Amino acid sequence: MSRKSFRQAINEALRQEMLRDPRVILMGEDVAGGQGGSSGVSDAWGGVLGVTKGLYTEFGPDRVLDTPISEASYVGAAAGAAATGLRPVAEVMFIDFVGCCLDQIMNQAAKFRYMFGGKARTPLVIRGMYGAGFSAAAQHSQALYPLFTHIPGLKVVIPSSPYEAKGLLIEAIRDDDPVIFLENKVMYDDEEDVPDEPYTIPFGEANLTREGEDVTIVAFGRMVNFANQAADKLAKEGISCTVVDPRTTSPLDSDTILDCVADTGRLVIVDESSPRCNMATDVAALVAEEAFDALKAPIRRVTPPHTPVPFASILEDLYMPNPAKIEAAVRSVMGYKAKQEA
Amino acid sequence: MQIAREVLLRSYRAMRTIRDFEERLHVEFATGEIPGFVHLYCGEEASGVGVCAHLTDTDTIASTHRGHGHCIAKGVGVDGMMAEIYGKKTGLCRGKGGSMHIADLSLGMLGANGIVGGGPPLICGAALSHKLLKDNGVAVAFYGDGASNEGSTLESLNLATVWNLPAVFVLEDNGYGEATASSYACAGSQKARAAGFGMPYLECDGSDFFSVYETAGEAIAHARSGKGPIMVHVHLARWYGHFEGDAMTYRANGEVAKLRAEKDCLVRFRKQVEEFSLLEAADLDAIDGSVRAEIEAAVIGAKAAPVPEPAELLEDVYVNY
Amino acid sequence: MAGTIIPVTMPKFGLAMTEGKIAGWLAHPGDDISAGAELAEIETTKITNVYESPASGILRRQVASEGETLPVGALIGVLAEGEVTDDEIDSFVTTFQSEMATTGNDDKADGAVMPEIVTVGSRRIRVQDAGKGADGAPLLLIHGFGGDLTNWMMTQGGLAGQVRVISFDLPGHGESTKDVGDGSPATLAAITNDLLDTLGLARVHVAGHSLGGAVALELAKIAPSRVASLTLVAPAGLGDTINEAFIDGFINADRRKTLEPVLQMLVHDKALISRQMVDGIIRFKRLDGAMAALNAIARASFENGRQKENLRGVLERFDGRVSVIWGAEDEILPVSGAEGLPAKVAVHVLPDTGHMPQLERSAEVNDLLTATISA
Repeated sequence: MSRKSFRQAINEALRQEMLRDPRVILMGEDVAGGQGGSSGVSDAWGGVLGVTKGLYTEFGPDRVLDTPISEASYVGAAAGAAATGLRPVAEVMFIDFVGCCLDQIMNQAAKFRYMFGGKARTPLVIRGMYGAGFSAAAQHSQALYPLFTHIPGLKVVIPSSPYEAKGLLIEAIRDDDPVIFLENKVMYDDEEDVPDEPYTIPFGEANLTREGEDVTIVAFGRMVNFANQAADKLAKEGISCTVVDPRTTSPLDSDTILDCVADTGRLVIVDESSPRCNMATDVAALVAEEAFDALKAPIRRVTPPHTPVPFASILEDLYMPNPAKIEAAVRSVMGYKAKQEA
Repeated sequence: MQIAREVLLRSYRAMRTIRDFEERLHVEFATGEIPGFVHLYCGEEASGVGVCAHLTDTDTIASTHRGHGHCIAKGVGVDGMMAEIYGKKTGLCRGKGGSMHIADLSLGMLGANGIVGGGPPLICGAALSHKLLKDNGVAVAFYGDGASNEGSTLESLNLATVWNLPAVFVLEDNGYGEATASSYACAGSQKARAAGFGMPYLECDGSDFFSVYETAGEAIAHARSGKGPIMVHVHLARWYGHFEGDAMTYRANGEVAKLRAEKDCLVRFRKQVEEFSLLEAADLDAIDGSVRAEIEAAVIGAKAAPVPEPAELLEDVYVNY
Repeated sequence: MAGTIIPVTMPKFGLAMTEGKIAGWLAHPGDDISAGAELAEIETTKITNVYESPASGILRRQVASEGETLPVGALIGVLAEGEVTDDEIDSFVTTFQSEMATTGNDDKADGAVMPEIVTVGSRRIRVQDAGKGADGAPLLLIHGFGGDLTNWMMTQGGLAGQVRVISFDLPGHGESTKDVGDGSPATLAAITNDLLDTLGLARVHVAGHSLGGAVALELAKIAPSRVASLTLVAPAGLGDTINEAFIDGFINADRRKTLEPVLQMLVHDKALISRQMVDGIIRFKRLDGAMAALNAIARASFENGRQKENLRGVLERFDGRVSVIWGAEDEILPVSGAEGLPAKVAVHVLPDTGHMPQLERSAEVNDLLTATISA
């Protein structure tokens, strides 16, 4: 056990799985960086934010493949390699770039098993960075997990901490289905204690980071941290919250969400993705359908507005969900009954 | 060129099987019993068969929406294919894929593909598997003149070259992408496109099995020997519409009739092998009879087969979920 | 001010505890509290424990709310005796908290004794070494199947003030190696013996819990002169049966929901099993190799609900002091294992206690341990 950053946890997961299984390979734009450059340095970047640093040096060019800036070809190649015996981890850098290779994910990898009558296995992991907060603007900041969650055949993972990232990524690499693994780029320097050994966290099991009696907060990825901050502050006001981190949006641990709502009777959902057809709407529909009688107040969603991610910091701050917005939503559901009586 | 007698017999049988399979589908589709879309490969048989004659089950191919011929050429059984096209439980994909998604990974058949340009990136990956797993395999992407304009195809030509993959890009140029002629849709030349990636380019007459066989043999040997990817441009013509039901109003009257009369690869094959005394007419007649019976049995079997169970709707989305 | 104000702060249960959560208040403002009365339930990362009031007085303030997590030493409540006004209480709270903010709690966290990795032969063993004994032999604590050194948090925390106390993760457990050899108590005892060599400890008092009890007995068998005394807490090796549902359930449960009911078999008061405790054990079980190690250990000692080896003979031959502590309501290893032991063995059966007396009745267990090792 030692203290590791989100970035280190991901690097360690990749490294340990590459050591364990020679079929595991990495590919992506500048996952090493520097091929053909005039310096002769061939592990120049290790990923645009340094997440895969050192792996090229350790595993060589057959296991860590720099690609042209050519998502359709190499993401499709990753799908084809997965169907024919390798276990590729392809990095799409900013997940916004999925626009250049959605066919290979949505129509190819996701569909093989079903279309081919259960005869295909596609052990593919696609890593990508998501999330706003870096002034990276509209084409480098989106939280596109609802897009993937929508597609049957894909599994979708959104780790909320370094511990979660390592265990979930190892699980993703060992999984025999295509997995979309989304890393919030703002979290790479977050640190916590992470075991040095390999370990797995199963998909479809939500984690409760706080347990309370008044309100259930379901939050995704980085929003789990915001929800925890809000819950800790609200605890001082006497409002106790359960915070549910579903870890994976596909599969989704509906049972735990419903159990928590049954206990608290109030639900706030925090989702960094655009508000229409996102995870917040999905969870709200689930609870409205399955736990209507348990609800003591309307469901509240904390999401960005239905706009692209803006560039200027002042606008981006307004855009983002944050602990204060979560606290306000929790207070509003707590206050709901009083308003009815008044 | 020396070709073993058994290769000739096997190749003729495959071409005849494709022809009968497709002609029969043309008839059966018109009855309304076959759901969905069907795209026929009639007239292009020598291409798939001439290429696949050089491949083993270790080698991989990716096909197109016009995939029945590639499946048969790669050794996929017609009973499972026919049942699949009829949407039956006994189909190769248990009735969940249909004509456009027939696949048999155990034979290195990575699937027909409903997306134009879907195959070439997959073949880069299959070729990467062959290279890294060191199984001496090659991966072959069949793609049409329509797909030759897809970014995914052009990206794949680049990636395969950058990674020096054992990949063969077989461009089946049948003159039409759907209802638009390749003379309209394809800028420049395919040869120049290959040259643009520094990729060797070969071309051949797709109505002549021997031309395809020889050219593909050279290309596959090139890729298998580690020299990198290569393009094979097969000049073809399709005899039916883009899909069954296409009235082909974009083609001149008599175009197809002329093709059938002058560019029939089966007729040409028979003439060539008899001329050079490679096979006897009786050999070929025997194959014709045998294939006819096989296709008849496949259709009868497919019609009689059970439909999928309702529970199968939810099965095989994931390995586990 | 005619009275006295007494601060109640977040207690430190285990050596590694740096913060705790108020799981619930057990006393209300205005209650007249006597020292030792149950004041609050404190949840740590390992277990939920009742916090007994350190002093007597009227509970004037619950400074910490239920559900709040605070560092060790933080003010959680205020007791007062005699005449003290609300203003005086308010001012006391403000002053205390501003001082806490100034000095910070970093020194508290730094003061925690953290476990370290010790290499024993080819094996990495996590050891927590705390306290400075005067002259006597140190106390070695051996946890049970599926546990780790934190099973002894209340013991080590409670006794480290008077004696050097060493706890460690058995192979296959916690952060120690997953290499368990054949997984038998004899092998684990041999590794424990090597650990004592590595630590340079010629003679130790040994306490073993559950399977760790069997390991302690095996250690007394192979190195009798090294063992100054034996304290066996709900030990394996003395009875015939073992709760197979627990062993199988512990090994097979791979989700929090399936593990929680299994862990509840460990204790008499089921509320002691906190979510964090379950999470911690799930985390350990998900390490590569952990399941294989647990399986090997279980297979070596248990079969079809029976214990494979009876170690009562060791007690006949051992000439040091032996005490056996057992919960009357133990659901894992029945308390009948404490019957019919040699007369020299001091047997203590604790009422309303399950399989974890060292956590469920920590004060009593610590008193019994102290008596054994200081005799």
